[in-house]
Amino acid sequence: MSIGALFRIAWDALARNAGRSLLTMLGIIIGVAAVITALAIGAGVRAAVAAQLQGLGSNLVIVVPGSTTTGGVALGAGARESLKLDDATAIAHLIPGVAGVSPQSGTSAQVVAGNANWATSVSGVSSDWPRVQNWTLAQGRFFTPDEQRDAGKVAVLGSTVAANLFPSGNAIGAVIVAKRVPFTVIGVLKAKGQSGFGRDQDDQVVIPITSLQTRITGNNWLNSIVISATSTDIVDSVVAATTRLLRLRHHLTPNQPDDFSVRNISNVQQAFTQTSQIMSLLLASIATISLIVGGIGIMNIMLVSVTERTREIGIRLAVGAHARHILTQFLIEALTLSCIGGVIGIALGVVASLLASSVGGWNILVAPSAVLLSFCFSALVGIIFGYYPARRAALLDPIDALRHE
Amino acid sequence: MVAKPLGQKGSLADASGPIIQTHNLTKIYHTGSEELVAVNNISLTVGRGEFVALMGPSGSGKSTFMNMMGCLDRPTSGSYLLDGRDVSRLTKDELADVRNKFIGFVFQGFNLLSRTTAQENVELPLLYAAIGAEERTRRAHAALSAVGLADRAHHRPNELSGGQQQRVAIARALVNDPLLILADEPTGNLDSRSSSDIMSLFTQLNAQRGITIVVVTHDPGVAATARRVVSFHDGSIVEDSPHSSPVHSGAAP
Repeated sequence: MSIGALFRIAWDALARNAGRSLLTMLGIIIGVAAVITALAIGAGVRAAVAAQLQGLGSNLVIVVPGSTTTGGVALGAGARESLKLDDATAIAHLIPGVAGVSPQSGTSAQVVAGNANWATSVSGVSSDWPRVQNWTLAQGRFFTPDEQRDAGKVAVLGSTVAANLFPSGNAIGAVIVAKRVPFTVIGVLKAKGQSGFGRDQDDQVVIPITSLQTRITGNNWLNSIVISATSTDIVDSVVAATTRLLRLRHHLTPNQPDDFSVRNISNVQQAFTQTSQIMSLLLASIATISLIVGGIGIMNIMLVSVTERTREIGIRLAVGAHARHILTQFLIEALTLSCIGGVIGIALGVVASLLASSVGGWNILVAPSAVLLSFCFSALVGIIFGYYPARRAALLDPIDALRHE
Repeated sequence: MVAKPLGQKGSLADASGPIIQTHNLTKIYHTGSEELVAVNNISLTVGRGEFVALMGPSGSGKSTFMNMMGCLDRPTSGSYLLDGRDVSRLTKDELADVRNKFIGFVFQGFNLLSRTTAQENVELPLLYAAIGAEERTRRAHAALSAVGLADRAHHRPNELSGGQQQRVAIARALVNDPLLILADEPTGNLDSRSSSDIMSLFTQLNAQRGITIVVVTHDPGVAATARRVVSFHDGSIVEDSPHSSPVHSGAAP
């Protein structure tokens, strides 16, 4: 008996009870749709974050105030004041293999230009910042080391800020006021877009760190120091040297913990990869459970179907069907059920993902491998859970089956 | 044991060899500690082209005997030669092949697949004989024509009368050109007029094609159509009487 004929028989049998077949498939449909959607959103976010981390460069080292055990443990008083501008200067001068150092601090401010104003963040950075953080300018120039030393009243605008304060586009040379301090706009940054975490990186005003500290905040704390190493290979030694130097500068005794933490981007990437792997594992286990539940539904309805069609099985056996013909027939029926469920689930999942992306504004990525995997998995579920009912059908005795009412 | 290969079906060249030859055929059912002897040491020979009626009350063993003759069941002991070949020890799948190639069944309840056309019902045995679609269509059409239902090929069982459904079942039994047709109460669900139609169809197939026919029945009128009546009681044959005409008369076309 040809496979085509078997699929036709299976299709006829399922179409006869269309409503029941659909309800049976529902478990698989929902399971597969959930997997596809979750994987699509997960992969989208992962791709966006990975792209951003890639953009940061793997030669970066980030120093932030506070201990490394910030998660859960209360920070000591003044922990966020532990990094100073002098620390950044010392790192730049004393540690070998450092290509650039960008101390950073910031505040939020209402920035005014003429009769336009815009709430944004004002970041104080060093003149190394564009090189270290991989920024380029769309117009004008960045501030110089001299302007940094003199705490110059110069500002470089992110593209979002520029577009909002100067819709006509002629920002260079204009004066903006932040916290009552006037700054001359000397440049506009090229747009970078959203970060993987949903923050608009172009919504900021960049001024010399010295200007921020002396003219706006009045303190000398830093939020972070970003260091770029001359190559990826020496990142570890830069991390070690920075740690030693800062402990020395902060007068920490050997039994005191660090009051700062030093990380490199590859640590962050590793941590992120680990997190996303755990997330994938969690997703996979939920998907497995829902598909198993769907499979049990299929097994249940196939058992009902075998009982209902005992006489049909008897007729087929009487006219010469072998046990394996009956086994194959019912297996293919279960397979058809689960595969159609899988295909509907995939379609539904793709639609849900697109909806999530257009309504929720999330990045999505429907990977062909995820689609293929879902389909294969639902087929597998059909075979595994269809086997027991099909075997029961195949082992029926022709006489008993024919007598069945 | 294989005296001669099965396969010269319908051939009357070797009219001497019997189609059915049982020797001390016995079937015992075990229910708990009880033993029920359904068929007790039956030795029966049915020649090629015979038309035999099996009669007897319910529980007399005639249906069990019929199931063994139809290769639907295996005997507890004894032997059964179908067209000279011992089929009493074959595996389930081998029995299925024997049923498929050499035996046609007609049941009291018709046993057609519902929601499946007459044509497809008739094609069913050919499907399991792995015969190609074109050949299946051709042979099913020929079988339906032989029972006078060529114009009903695309009707489903629920669109046909009882007599027509039974004729579709006979077409299905015929489609593999069998040596033997076994009919179990074929007229049990039919009115008297359809009954006589069905019985005359059997008579015609027996006479014109030389197909050996064995009918199980309660109805003496139906049994009268046959040329030989075998009566069962308590698992044994109590009477074996040929009707008026000789066994092979009418077997030749």
